[in-house]
Amino acid sequence: MTAATSPDLPAPLAALVAEFTALDRAERFELLIEFADRFRPAPAEITGYPYAEEHRVTHCESDAYVWAEGCPGSALKFHFIVENPQGLSARAWAAILDETLSGQPIEQIAAVPPDIVFAFFGREVAMGRGQGLMGMLALVQRLARNHRKGA
Amino acid sequence: MTSPSAPTIAGRGYARPEVLVDTAWVAQHLNDATVRIVESNEDPLLYPSGHIPGAVQVDWTTDLNDQVRRDYIDRSAFERLMSRAGISNGTTVVFYGDKSNWWATYAFWIFQLFGHTRAKVMDGGRLKWEKEGRELTREVPSYPASSYTAPERDDTAIRIFKDAVLRHQQARLPLIDVRSPQEYSGERTHMPEYPQEGVLRGGHIPGARSVPWARAANPEDGTFKTAEQLRDLYEREQGLKPSDDIVAYCRIGERSSHTWFVLTYLLGYPRVRNYDGSWTEWGNSVNVPIEK
Repeated sequence: MTAATSPDLPAPLAALVAEFTALDRAERFELLIEFADRFRPAPAEITGYPYAEEHRVTHCESDAYVWAEGCPGSALKFHFIVENPQGLSARAWAAILDETLSGQPIEQIAAVPPDIVFAFFGREVAMGRGQGLMGMLALVQRLARNHRKGA
Repeated sequence: MTSPSAPTIAGRGYARPEVLVDTAWVAQHLNDATVRIVESNEDPLLYPSGHIPGAVQVDWTTDLNDQVRRDYIDRSAFERLMSRAGISNGTTVVFYGDKSNWWATYAFWIFQLFGHTRAKVMDGGRLKWEKEGRELTREVPSYPASSYTAPERDDTAIRIFKDAVLRHQQARLPLIDVRSPQEYSGERTHMPEYPQEGVLRGGHIPGARSVPWARAANPEDGTFKTAEQLRDLYEREQGLKPSDDIVAYCRIGERSSHTWFVLTYLLGYPRVRNYDGSWTEWGNSVNVPIEK
């Protein structure tokens, strides 16, 4: 099952995948830059400082962090920090994950396949960057599963 | 930030300092018709999000690689690329890019396969330009098509293929593995479900010394280290000599272009070749020696 054909994606994510699939490479980059421009870093009351290690994305060269905000039993809002000022892809991906996964059913969030990254960034994404982007999704999913266990 | 006492390019002791320019030089040559600024990044989002005014982009996936074979573009495709960018044989090309110029030196290396020696790298790349608050634009320039005549690509002087690397290894000549320590040890091969750069075996070419490429750059502003610092790294730590016949490799040959650039131009080593087949070829090859 590839990401683009999965029937179980959260609805906003499925809609955005469909939108990206219709774009050529240059248009995809333009839209990703728009997402990066919309990115807002997590507020200090969510993150605290220094950031706890369990919120750090492994293998992300842009030094990204993820937090999940929500009461037990409720939907989650995801927040991100991207420390690298040149981490444009990481900021775009953070904005996409927030806009398409925040508020969605946790079972669906946990089931998003890692190769969804390629639907947005293309299959030519280089290894280091691809690994970091997949790591951001994996941490979102881990936080979501932990929240469900704790609920 | 660069400290006020950081040496200028001319004061860093490089063998061929003329191959580097600083950000101020580029700022003064934005409208120089004999100069073309070329941005080359790993991250394809960066150029459309803002670049040095007048800079054109060379995209490694679509412009420099053959789209069918695993190889670089041929002479006629290179001539078309130059023409589209408005570069003629006499144009000085100045490369810059993300991550301490790693993909900028890759583009520089490929330009040298076609003998375009009027080529320089902007020290510090995008990071330094941005940190200095210099102008960036999203406006993509358009230049009149130029006429460019390239020679056939020369794969002998600075490029090396697998069979020759095997002979090099068997002769115990120096190899430099510029990947991360985790890739060198074989602990990390490729990311799950990653389609393009998967390898079947982890480790390194036997005898290769591990010198991660980024150690040649200052992480705070992407500039190159001084010649003395580079000699500490390659000569005092690793025992290399300028007279050595050296092969550098990584996963696909881009990070090792950075090391090739440093050894060839900044330290002046005359015989350094880049093995662009790198680990994605070696780690998938049958019956080649591997060390962990």
